Amino acid sequence: MMTPASEAETAEMVASTKSALLIQGGGTRNIGAQNIGTPFSTAALSGVRLYEPGALTIVAGAGTPMAEIEATLASESQRLAFEPVDHRGVLGTNGTPTIGGAVAANVSGPRRIQAGACRDSLLGVRFVDGAGRILKNGGRVMKNVTGYDLVKLMAGSWGTLGVLTEVSLKVQAIPEAAGTVTLRGLDATAATKAMSAALGSPYDVSGAAHLPVGKDGTAVTMIRVEGLETSVAYRTEKLKAMLASTGADIEITHDAATAAQAWAWVRDVTPFHNGAGDVWRISVKPTDGPQVVAAIEARAPGAQVIYDWGGGLIWVEVTADTDVRALVSQGHATLMRASDATKDRLGVFQPEPAPLAALSAGLRTKFDPRSILNPGLME
Amino acid sequence: MDMPTPNPEVLAKKGRVVSRLRQVLPADAVISDEAETRAYECDALTAYRCPPLAAVLPASTEEVAAVLKICHDENVPVVPRGAGTSLAGGSMPTADSIILGVARMTEVLETDYENRFIRVQTGRTNLSVSGAVEEDGFFYAPDPSSQLACAIAGNIAMNSGGAHCLKYGVTTNNLMGVTMVTMDGEIMEIGGAHLDAGGLDLLGVICGSEGQLGVVTEATLRILHKPEGARPVLMGFDSNEVAGQCVSDIIKAGILPVAIEFMDRPCIRATEDFAKAGYPDCEALLIIEVEGSDQEIDAQLERILAIARTHNPVELRESSSTEESARIWLGRKSAFGAMGQINDYMCLDGTIPVSQLPYVLRRIGELSKDYGLDVGNVFHAGDGNMHPLILFDANKPGDLEKCEAFGADILRLCVEVGGCLTGEHGVGIEKRDLMVDQYAAADLDIQMAVKDVFDPKWLLNPAKVFPLQSSEPRRMAAE
Ligand SMILES: Cc1cc2nc3c(=O)[nH]c(=O)nc-3n(C[C@H](O)[C@H](O)[C@H](O)COP(=O)(O)OP(=O)(O)OC[C@H]3O[C@@H](n4cnc5c(N)ncnc54)[C@H](O)[C@@H]3O)c2cc1C
Repeated sequence: MMTPASEAETAEMVASTKSALLIQGGGTRNIGAQNIGTPFSTAALSGVRLYEPGALTIVAGAGTPMAEIEATLASESQRLAFEPVDHRGVLGTNGTPTIGGAVAANVSGPRRIQAGACRDSLLGVRFVDGAGRILKNGGRVMKNVTGYDLVKLMAGSWGTLGVLTEVSLKVQAIPEAAGTVTLRGLDATAATKAMSAALGSPYDVSGAAHLPVGKDGTAVTMIRVEGLETSVAYRTEKLKAMLASTGADIEITHDAATAAQAWAWVRDVTPFHNGAGDVWRISVKPTDGPQVVAAIEARAPGAQVIYDWGGGLIWVEVTADTDVRALVSQGHATLMRASDATKDRLGVFQPEPAPLAALSAGLRTKFDPRSILNPGLME
Repeated sequence: MDMPTPNPEVLAKKGRVVSRLRQVLPADAVISDEAETRAYECDALTAYRCPPLAAVLPASTEEVAAVLKICHDENVPVVPRGAGTSLAGGSMPTADSIILGVARMTEVLETDYENRFIRVQTGRTNLSVSGAVEEDGFFYAPDPSSQLACAIAGNIAMNSGGAHCLKYGVTTNNLMGVTMVTMDGEIMEIGGAHLDAGGLDLLGVICGSEGQLGVVTEATLRILHKPEGARPVLMGFDSNEVAGQCVSDIIKAGILPVAIEFMDRPCIRATEDFAKAGYPDCEALLIIEVEGSDQEIDAQLERILAIARTHNPVELRESSSTEESARIWLGRKSAFGAMGQINDYMCLDGTIPVSQLPYVLRRIGELSKDYGLDVGNVFHAGDGNMHPLILFDANKPGDLEKCEAFGADILRLCVEVGGCLTGEHGVGIEKRDLMVDQYAAADLDIQMAVKDVFDPKWLLNPAKVFPLQSSEPRRMAAE
């Protein structure tokens, strides 16, 4: 394991390595197939470098533990807007999730539909490319169109374009209240309709998820609003009235702890923890969701699903070695959890159409000419 | 402004190139007459002009691809153009380039309320995207002040922002997919009605690439339901520091207004003379707008006003009607016009960390004295995106150069305090040579390497964004 203590050391180690590197933060989101290469950890590039609550910005070393970021922000009643997923449970990993890992995987939870993905909160990056050059892009201000936006490109590049050394992020204030409108007994199509209606309302919904099998065994659809107390009270009532026509049994929860737990359950894909099946993460046009799931259930009876993002994000747990991707015609499917053999056979990432694959390959060659950074991970 | 010497070989084969273009486009879509190409000689950075070799106005993605294939084959540079409202010279032609305008591509292709997106051809204006969904209660959030004229094509290329981006984000946060044609004429779909990329986020790097990676012909844009209502409040303070502190306190208190606009004394005076909005005579003025139902607005404003009162405002003006709201916005909306009334002006666009606001405003004041040029500040305070307006006299020899030097000093100051050269207008030719103040050589090199991948011959909008010296080896190699 290589563990550089500084950005300069990161650059030296990358420049002088003769073999492939397996880049990791805390190693909790290790979804690659072969995991070849010498483990290369950013864990020592840790620490909050700058935090300006009045400017809603934080800058931290890529190896900073997520928990440290969250605690720092919480001390000023702030948080990361994109509600990062903790992947340890669903992937069966242990280790310390880092901010750099969340950025590299563009990890976004339920609030993605309102506040944007991780990439939308990311203001700037510093990284070391495959040639060992120290590079930066973006900065620490909210609006920045100076040159090409490599910040977005680095988010979700899974370490294949560079080793992130420092990231700056936009943060948000924790609203004083949150409320969840829960509908029971809807099928997937009706739930998607209800979530679409809620998301297409003026009520600024910050979460919309559907569990065909909720904790108590019945189907549960959850819609969340956050804001000032008066606002949350008003909006949850409005949503309840608006969704009455679904015929579902509707209830409003204002209890913060219960709500936080329910949303963490969706965010961290808790129903699939410790399961034996493969886990897929699928991004689709929300109204396509129920058909995609029906096709999966037909191919692999017993498949379990969770809909997040108003139906646009579908987590699926299926019998090992099922080619779920073949059933997704629009959008993309990532194989998050499976045996190495299955990952080899089906590929972890969605293959890109030829012209895009050519561009991506071209970019990789520029950023990592020796092909040493997580080689093959995204291909 | 230095521009590369036009390629004589290209100039010499104008006739052949134009006749090839006529073979793939209708007669009225190829403009080669010198009098007519003048219509494309500049964008909204009018100090710099140069008519193109020719201009083409294709009506479909396929026609765009056909044009690009020919230009690729003939090694002719192409400058994509939306509505030509760039303030950075982003769509200014070179003498050896073809202007490829998307102005004829204005169709709405698909509207989907359930999945909350609209797909349009990119020649459509920003405002008419919202216009297409307005009756059903929806809108497209990014709202540059130029929204009546500017096209989605230019918005995507510049990653444009607007008055409400504090809450809704800028173009890149609202862009879900594009149809793009690369310089070699290949048509590709990137993103779509689903969220986020399955592989590398190519869409993220295309947005904001200033027409240098490909020609974007269609776009899938996120639409939202309109809020139930919106209401502004105006507050005046007797120093920039205090106004800046007030902004910071509001943000820290966890209230997220949709807009926080800031005007300083020179700007307030100019707009008062021009628009007579009845603004208070004070050092700094804030306009803060919140959204929601009436009761939600009341609750938010109550908090905001309580914070404002702790800063001893010289004026707090609430609105109780649409007319009063319009009056509050009147001066802000006419600020550019008002400054233009006094003199020619140059509008800057740097961003700074909001904590640096008082310092930066003080330094701008000092520089203004040194240069002997007046400057007014009006900007989006919530996100630190400043728009200093420097007044100069275009008819006075040397004044433009002096103004540019002053502007460059302000932008360097923005970088020095931790900010950047441009928050929403883009680099274009205007800030091209200042890029070295923000980025090291290697940082620029990796950006240019991205262009190498998308446009290996460096034919798309070639003399923009990067300092000519930095891009020279690549441009030469391509020629
Ligand atoms: C009065 C005024 C107010 C303004 N206010 C704002 C504001 O509030 N916020 C803001 O962000 N900007 C503002 N602007 C700047 C300008 O309006 C924006 O940059 C706008 O997005 C440009 O759009 P356009 O269609 O006019 O683009 P153009 O000027 O035609 O082109 C801009 C850039 O886009 C490229 N381009 C054009 N079409 C394509 C295409 N199809 N494919 C690829 N690249 C393409 C061009 O090559 C060029 O680099 C303002 C401008 C004016 C004049």
